[in-house]
Amino acid sequence: MTSVRSGPRRRWAYQLDVKGSPYLYIAPFFLLFGVVGMFPLLYTAYVSLTDWNLLDPAREWVGPANYAGLLADDYFWNALFNTVSIWLLSTVPQLLAALFIAHMLNRRLRARTLFRMGVLLPNVTSIVAVTIIFAQLFGRDFGMVNWALDLVGLDPIDWQAGTLSSHVAISMIVIWRWTGYNALIYLAAMQTVPEDLYEAARLDGASQFTQFWKITVPMLRPTIIFTAVVSTIGGFQIIAEPLLFQAGTGNPTGGSDRQFQTVGLYLYEQGFSMYEFGYASAIAWTLCMIIVVMALVNFAITRRIRSS
Amino acid sequence: MSAGRIRLAAGVLVIGVLATGCGGSPSTGSTPADGKVTLTLNLFGNMGFKELYAKYEAAHPNIKIVERTSAYNDHHRNLAAHLATGSGTADIEAIDTGFVAQFRNQPQHFADLRGHGADQLKDRWLPWKWEASLAKSGAQIGYGTDVGGLAMCYRRDLFEKAGLPTDRDEVAKLWPDWTSYFETGKRYTAKKPEGAAFFDGGPQVFNAMIGQAETGYYDTQDNVVVATNPAIRSAYDEVLKAVADGQSAELVGSSPAWNTGFAKSQFATIACPAWMLAKIQDQGKAFAGQWDVTAVPGGGGNWGGSYLTVPAQSKHLKEAVALIAWLTAPEQQIEVFTKHGILPSTVATYDKPEVTGLKHEFFNDAPIGQIFTTAARTLKPQYQGPRAGDIQTAIRDAINRVEEGKQDGAEAWTQMLGDVERISK
Repeated sequence: MTSVRSGPRRRWAYQLDVKGSPYLYIAPFFLLFGVVGMFPLLYTAYVSLTDWNLLDPAREWVGPANYAGLLADDYFWNALFNTVSIWLLSTVPQLLAALFIAHMLNRRLRARTLFRMGVLLPNVTSIVAVTIIFAQLFGRDFGMVNWALDLVGLDPIDWQAGTLSSHVAISMIVIWRWTGYNALIYLAAMQTVPEDLYEAARLDGASQFTQFWKITVPMLRPTIIFTAVVSTIGGFQIIAEPLLFQAGTGNPTGGSDRQFQTVGLYLYEQGFSMYEFGYASAIAWTLCMIIVVMALVNFAITRRIRSS
Repeated sequence: MSAGRIRLAAGVLVIGVLATGCGGSPSTGSTPADGKVTLTLNLFGNMGFKELYAKYEAAHPNIKIVERTSAYNDHHRNLAAHLATGSGTADIEAIDTGFVAQFRNQPQHFADLRGHGADQLKDRWLPWKWEASLAKSGAQIGYGTDVGGLAMCYRRDLFEKAGLPTDRDEVAKLWPDWTSYFETGKRYTAKKPEGAAFFDGGPQVFNAMIGQAETGYYDTQDNVVVATNPAIRSAYDEVLKAVADGQSAELVGSSPAWNTGFAKSQFATIACPAWMLAKIQDQGKAFAGQWDVTAVPGGGGNWGGSYLTVPAQSKHLKEAVALIAWLTAPEQQIEVFTKHGILPSTVATYDKPEVTGLKHEFFNDAPIGQIFTTAARTLKPQYQGPRAGDIQTAIRDAINRVEEGKQDGAEAWTQMLGDVERISK
């Protein structure tokens, strides 16, 4: 660079460009986040400290009373139990199945791209359509699942009515939609595992399973952590599936005995059926905190997946 | 912070605002370039207006009408949210009987129809229909469309197989009251055709029974009386007894399984307000001529019926008010009744021969004009309180819990009272 023509003014512009431009490029995200993310978050926090019913526009400052009420609310604990149950029933099998599918897709296959695209298909279908179809499959009188049970001589199950049965049915919807998605993420990660590790293992006489468990899984650790955390966040926010699973009545109680009402659904009930916006906001913030804690716990546990 | 950094931050802000600041634009009430006024209607279910729009548009070349429908509960929830937030409603919103009291309590959100000639139109409606949408302040927030009126629909073929009479007059004699209706249910159940229960589901029968009571879920001072109203407890007990006798198909009303129930002949009778006829036809097409309509046990009673309102936030308030006045006028209501069987709440229609003489081919030529106008004239109106719709849902869930075998009647009742208390607090 010739220093003859560059006065201090030009240097300043250059400095600004080098140091400033990156901020400029990332700024739209943070501004957008501030408007559509941060503001609602803080506003919700404010609303959660008030008693605000939509039908009665007077707003009253009540401090932490909504949170205290929540801790003593049976229906909230019931919803939390359902959420955890559905989350466990869906996430664990889902991630295991995704690992297995990714492992299979990572082999030499005919029409490999077709299969790889295929596993993502369930994820791009409409969640509403999927849930309504599954609700029909799990129908009490004419559902296909009960029909299949009948074929093998088992009694039909009233899927919607039972606690465990409804959780299993809803988990099936989640598993069906998200397994392929996670499988593709695992597949991408698997392709970065150096081939010579496997070669060395094969020379040492390691079986397919040992290779998978001792090489693939440890190498995928960061990816597994990522999917586990993302699935946890999604699993705790689940609302559309249990809402639509309730026989198309648009009712947010999650079954006649709230047997599959999740926290998200309870929030929706309080906010948009009872119009208790203050209470609903308190649920939203509590849910947010629970998700943060669960994500951290998850992170700590999955970090321990390690074999050497 | 150096001057450079401040300038940088300012620049970032400006660009960011440019990138994100394209602002919100109202989605309803737009006036397109050709000068037409678009009126939007948010309805739930089939209200029978579709054929009428073209007629109105032909007579009013500057008006374009767009109808949107959603599910019953979703519709009313969205309406409440949009009213509270001050934007997002359609120009015209339908409100059902179960929710009208809740919205009547917030008249400030609606156009007061008194200022738009409502007083001259007042005599069109059954007096109780007019009063049900009248706010305490005296403001009229809506014009009545249909009323439920109650009848009982039954399947002739299933009755015949169970050895019961099939003629509608003789069937009416089987059940002068609900006790004899459930007695008939016992006789039916003893010889019933495989897979076809006597009625569709406990909550639906319960609704019909409560529709006849003098007092429902509220007294006229808007106090909830679910726990103390003897009519509610006795209807609850009677329904659960019939459920225990195996008379119920245990289907949740308006659910997909219930819809399938029509097609699969899962029940022989269903309490049918006038609007139910359209439902039965839509879902059970294969059974034309097998369905019939007769008197409901206990006589009279109402279940359902709607109102058309114009939210104050409508951009075309005048045009919208003119349209709802037209849609609820007797001439149009007659057309809705003759085409869809949805019963008008406008009194003048009840003397018209095309209404009183109307027979329904699908329902074995049942004289539905006569049945439903009689029901509407004789019914004793019941006062509807603010959260009637939600309380009805809580009771429905209680009866479902018993049907699903999860609780006995007493446990379900106690839990339901707790739910009702939460709703009404």
